[in-house]
Amino acid sequence: MTDMTSAAQNKKASIIRIKRMKFSNVIAKNILFLFAIITMLTTVGIIISLLKDSLGFFSEVSIKDFLFGKVWTPLFNDPSFGVLPLICGSLLITLISAMISIPIGLFTAIYLSEYANRRVRQVIKPILEVLAGIPSIVFGYFALTTITPMLKIIMPHTEIFNALSASIAIGVMTIPLVSSLSEDALRAVPDSLRQGAFALGSTKMETSLRVVVPAAISGISASFVLAISRAIGETMIVTIAAGARPNLTLNPLQSVQTMTSFIVQASQGDNPHGTVGYYSLFAVGLLLFLITLGLNIFSHHIVEKYRMEY
Amino acid sequence: MNNIKYRKMKNSIFHGVIFCVTLIGIIVLAILLIDIIIRGVPFLTKIFFTSFPSRFPQKAGILPGIVGSVYIILLTVLFAVPIGLGTAVYIEEYAKNNWITKFIKINISNLSGTPSIVYGLLGLAVFVRTLGLGKSILSGALTMSLVVLPIVIVSSQEAIKAVPQHLRHGSYALGATKWQTIRKIVVPSALPGIFTGVILSVSRALGESAPLLMVGAATYVSKLPDGVFSVFTALPLQIYYWMGLPKEEFKDLAAAGIIVLLGILLSANAITIVLRNKYQKATE
Repeated sequence: MTDMTSAAQNKKASIIRIKRMKFSNVIAKNILFLFAIITMLTTVGIIISLLKDSLGFFSEVSIKDFLFGKVWTPLFNDPSFGVLPLICGSLLITLISAMISIPIGLFTAIYLSEYANRRVRQVIKPILEVLAGIPSIVFGYFALTTITPMLKIIMPHTEIFNALSASIAIGVMTIPLVSSLSEDALRAVPDSLRQGAFALGSTKMETSLRVVVPAAISGISASFVLAISRAIGETMIVTIAAGARPNLTLNPLQSVQTMTSFIVQASQGDNPHGTVGYYSLFAVGLLLFLITLGLNIFSHHIVEKYRMEY
Repeated sequence: MNNIKYRKMKNSIFHGVIFCVTLIGIIVLAILLIDIIIRGVPFLTKIFFTSFPSRFPQKAGILPGIVGSVYIILLTVLFAVPIGLGTAVYIEEYAKNNWITKFIKINISNLSGTPSIVYGLLGLAVFVRTLGLGKSILSGALTMSLVVLPIVIVSSQEAIKAVPQHLRHGSYALGATKWQTIRKIVVPSALPGIFTGVILSVSRALGESAPLLMVGAATYVSKLPDGVFSVFTALPLQIYYWMGLPKEEFKDLAAAGIIVLLGILLSANAITIVLRNKYQKATE
């Protein structure tokens, strides 16, 4: 009799335990879901806070004047809010830095994936990882104290703050980004394609450039877009080395201001909350966010659309 | 015959050219490091590590920057790691393959591509103004947590994906629930990978300066922080401040600061490499 009751009690206890286990599983699942939602809230937060304060800006400045005006003097007594000089500065710097990072990064990737033997790769890859881990403030320092003086020797009329030295620093900084992503893409190309090309009598160079690179083109171009997006968003290097003069020019030896360096400059000055000067920060930030968002979506699209399945 | 010779020669030249191009990045890195070491090392004295910034380069130190950075990093890890790991576990273990999951994933990849200065604007609008946390360590750390969150999530996801399926099946066969399996089997096996992600995010948080400038971190601070609500500076901001001063010696002081910053970053890097090698050997 007692045996049976204790058996029943045992059974009851274990049912309770199992129920409790299942219950904590459900609780855990929901809490973790809430954590995952935080990333969504971050995006929503970015959009709302940029939009809200941009509305304050666009209630005083028309979108047309903002996007197509050629003079950017938001902190003057008689302010003018044409964002073109900032866009021009950002584009100039992005263009030159891409001209450095894209060819060097791609060639580095081809070398590491197609030509280098294992020992060389084991030496070079960690060095590139170190390069990738160096903070942008250090590259800013390098641009200001090393690159600019060198440019001045070659081209004496280079200004102390100039677009070129910042661009070179950003270009070097984004080499590892292009090279590592492109190398991954090249390595994912199956060996059978290379062997086929060799069997037809191609040299290594012909195989690399006419077979492997075209087969990996989706990953490679995605890395280019990411490098461009990174260059547009880069802040400290341009703040330190490119100066703070909104300048509608394509001369890289002059001082320019980018969207990002304006945001830093305006946030450091005394710009009371509620003034157009303060709101202009968010309007420029919104523009920057939309541009990088567009580039991110574009690179995602390239990967999805041109991915080859082997 | 000539044609083949020509093509082979072209291949050799190409090989030489791309090898030299590969060296460019490495050479620039070497110049950068040598330049900084030559300028900075003379200033790396005891005074430098134990003093506050000063008008006189010889007496200036980096103490508030180091203390501020330590605060920021500890709080950032405290906020970002549980949330990032939790998100990764949810996506990899619980989430169904539906549109919400897909949207969460796309959103994370977009967040990792968003410039850090935009996070700075978010921090300024939400943490500093709306929540009224002011220009404090807490605002800085919360903003920085959002900056590094995608890094923690993506590396934790990779680590969790790499845990072999049969370990999970073994645990289920013993009657464990999903949550017990995650806690006792999946996360412990994925720990080295997760730790690598944590170190990556610490290095990022240590080197980032733009978001901290936006939430009002000072570049010149004359006392140490006495809690999470006090004003602060950080290592990179201290360096930025010295770089902007006209006297040439301050640029050397900035170089000394950069040596400290890079010293910490490279050691963090070394830890991840050691960890990776150890882990790879263990699984082979």
